[in-house]
Amino acid sequence: MSQVTAERRQLLKAMLGAGVATMTPAPLFAQAAASKVLRVAMTVADIPLTTGQASQGGEGTRFIGLTLYDGLINWDLSRSDVVSTLRPGLATEWSVDSETKMLWTFKLRPNVKFHDGSAFDADAVIWNLDKLIKSDAPQYDAAQAAQGSQYFTSIESYRKIDAGTVQIKTKVPDAVFPYQIAGIMYSSPSRWEEVGRDWGRFAQRPSGTGPFILERLVQRDRAELVKNANYWDPARIPKSDRLILLCMPDANTRVAALLSGQVDFVEAPAPDSVPRLRKSGMQIITNLYPHVWPYQLSVLEDSPFKDVRVRRAANLAIDRDGLVKLLGELAVPAKGQVTAGHPWFGTPSFQIKYDPEGAKRLLREAGFDPGRPCKIKVMISTSGSGQMQPLPMNEFIQENLTAVGFEVEFEVLEWEALRGRRRAGAFAAENRGRHGLNNSWSFLEPDIGILGVTMDRLRPPAGYNWGGVNDPKLNQLGERAKVTFDPAEQNKILAEIHSYMVDQALWIWVVHDLNPRALGPKVKGFVQAQSWFQDLTPVYVEN
Amino acid sequence: MLSYIVRRVTYALPIAIGVTILCFLLIHLAPGDPLSAVLPDNASPEMRRQLAALYAFDQPLPVQYFIWLKRILVGDFGISIQSRRPVIGEILPAIQNTFILATAAVAIGFPIGILLGAIAGFVNGTALDRVVTSIAVTGVSVPHYWLGMVLVVVFAVNLNMLPAMGMSPSGSGNYALNWEHLQHIILPAITLAVIPAAIIARSVRGTVADIRQREFVGTLYSKGLRPSRILLHVAKNAGPTVLAVAGLQLAQLLGGSILVETVFSWPGSGFLLNSAIFTRDLPILQGTILILALLFVMINLLVDVMQTMLDPRIKRS
Repeated sequence: MSQVTAERRQLLKAMLGAGVATMTPAPLFAQAAASKVLRVAMTVADIPLTTGQASQGGEGTRFIGLTLYDGLINWDLSRSDVVSTLRPGLATEWSVDSETKMLWTFKLRPNVKFHDGSAFDADAVIWNLDKLIKSDAPQYDAAQAAQGSQYFTSIESYRKIDAGTVQIKTKVPDAVFPYQIAGIMYSSPSRWEEVGRDWGRFAQRPSGTGPFILERLVQRDRAELVKNANYWDPARIPKSDRLILLCMPDANTRVAALLSGQVDFVEAPAPDSVPRLRKSGMQIITNLYPHVWPYQLSVLEDSPFKDVRVRRAANLAIDRDGLVKLLGELAVPAKGQVTAGHPWFGTPSFQIKYDPEGAKRLLREAGFDPGRPCKIKVMISTSGSGQMQPLPMNEFIQENLTAVGFEVEFEVLEWEALRGRRRAGAFAAENRGRHGLNNSWSFLEPDIGILGVTMDRLRPPAGYNWGGVNDPKLNQLGERAKVTFDPAEQNKILAEIHSYMVDQALWIWVVHDLNPRALGPKVKGFVQAQSWFQDLTPVYVEN
Repeated sequence: MLSYIVRRVTYALPIAIGVTILCFLLIHLAPGDPLSAVLPDNASPEMRRQLAALYAFDQPLPVQYFIWLKRILVGDFGISIQSRRPVIGEILPAIQNTFILATAAVAIGFPIGILLGAIAGFVNGTALDRVVTSIAVTGVSVPHYWLGMVLVVVFAVNLNMLPAMGMSPSGSGNYALNWEHLQHIILPAITLAVIPAAIIARSVRGTVADIRQREFVGTLYSKGLRPSRILLHVAKNAGPTVLAVAGLQLAQLLGGSILVETVFSWPGSGFLLNSAIFTRDLPILQGTILILALLFVMINLLVDVMQTMLDPRIKRS
């Protein structure tokens, strides 16, 4: 800090300190000199659940789930140039039986300890699965079960083979099961006993196997984590001695905190603050990740979108480059559900681009004209995780759609209300007369990204097929993908599905977020993975 | 006086019950399903039923109300849907943090408001009065969250003199009266103090100007009393009015400000409400609003009693 600033501080202190005898001088916003401290401003207003299955969606898993805990399978977040994939975690290897394709065997990593020193073994795995699935187990935790249920719905049964091996049976052959098992985190049974079998107390003193250990938790304020020097993966022993996670839901506050040196790393700075941050020497890190900002469409009988020409027209009506400019270049135009270059992108013949004349022509062919506009009603939200800037973006798109012959009515909902309407499905009574909804989407894994939104049997609540898509080709390809256990072969099928999705213009795809983060000039080691999750272990502040 | 206090407390009871009903109903009138906050996208109907039973959401509304009321009467405000901790344990530290901030805002805003109002009232109609009145109108008109951001930009970002957010470098536990903590309270306290200072200034100005026109003040002047003695008489007469306004402002400050506490990441009751709204944590919302509303009723009751003690003429029949 400069001499001038220090003098200002002293002066201010002297002015304000006249009546306060107990004041003691302390350096303003100082980093601890003796140890490496990384201070991160999160967007959440409260610290996510620390008991194992983190709350608050992707951000909760990113900052609490994957710092304190591990899965049997972990995400490989070490590279920014490829889409994140899976890698061994607490299991060193896994396989599915060749006959039924429903019996998964996991070989556990030896010599792994929980933060409390107790051993991680097959008993701990079974205990944790009971924690989530077996509602009459003493350790059953409804809150964790709720957070993690999408990861264990496929599981039929599980058993210990020996101290280092567990076997899990799925209800049906499910090739995407490893992605689901990557979401289950393992809490220490010993610590749970030690805190009197109380998950509330466990939350204050959690014990996992992760690279960080929780030292202090102040709800709605901060979580202070320290390095787990005995972490089982030497390559991922944290470079920072201490990780301080701070709740800052307001984007301007996060930016101000970074600019004033109170934090080192902020999530999602406001786009209009980026030039100022760059000018101040901050690092702005962006990267693609499995995110798309779309409109999910109803293809039910009462929806104009049941006609593929209308769906294609809507996709051609949007000036995505103009929208990207509005977003300060912090997004890229979408060409489909997944990003171009993604292994599942395939070779669609329908090109998603800005072609208003083409859109008008298609609408005419579908029976609409300026005297008879295509009337659509779409649900949007005012904010929400991954929603970027929903109101200006939707207004921009409304203009685009109106220009080619749509008449767009928005129903603006609060975020959780919108999510509730999505979970209900387009066929639900409360969604009658609604033809689409704007809910940012992930394609982190095949189920949520591709299969769950295209297969008829995966309509809500079983899956995410909100709009009621029922296409024999998609159903058949989806079933094939579910039982194709070779990742390369599965990718081929997913690419075929995606090509067909785009050709059928099943959704209106708009942009992919670039997920901006702002880091102080001295922050080193951060590799922004193409994922909703990130690895904080290599990140540190250079003293 | 005792019978008056008993009567006022009796009047306050139905208000408090009304507050509980309103708190309860308002939350249930909000759009969306409270269970959405805890359930994943593809939660099974069985899991939905289990959680609904756990939080009594499967009961009829009046039954839910009485279950809730019975619990809060014994201090059990339920369990936070998000954190799974007792609601009371969540609310009390937040209210304590807001209390710290409100105390600082009172210490800044009330003396300034009273001083400015008294000056303007004494020099009513002069240029100085117009200046003070303009300041007060500006103070009332400026949105405090905007002012907070401006203060942060100037003092935290540009001048790097004061912190932009938080209660202290080490968080919100163990608050102490030292520079480490006080530097964090300056900007949010100033931001919060502006509106009450302006409201008090306007009200004091009007009251003082009015009292100065009264005959007894002229008499005091004609008797040759020193201005300081006259000021004392005016202050005594203005006291009940100022107390009423200040009491209301104090109650509002103690209620916390969602916007200011969010801008400064101050973990008080406003921040708690903000968090609870976005996560649809109904027990926290209900508990916080109820406690704050009851606090408001209590402070009003206290102000009424104090007003009567200051000026027995206004004792209600």
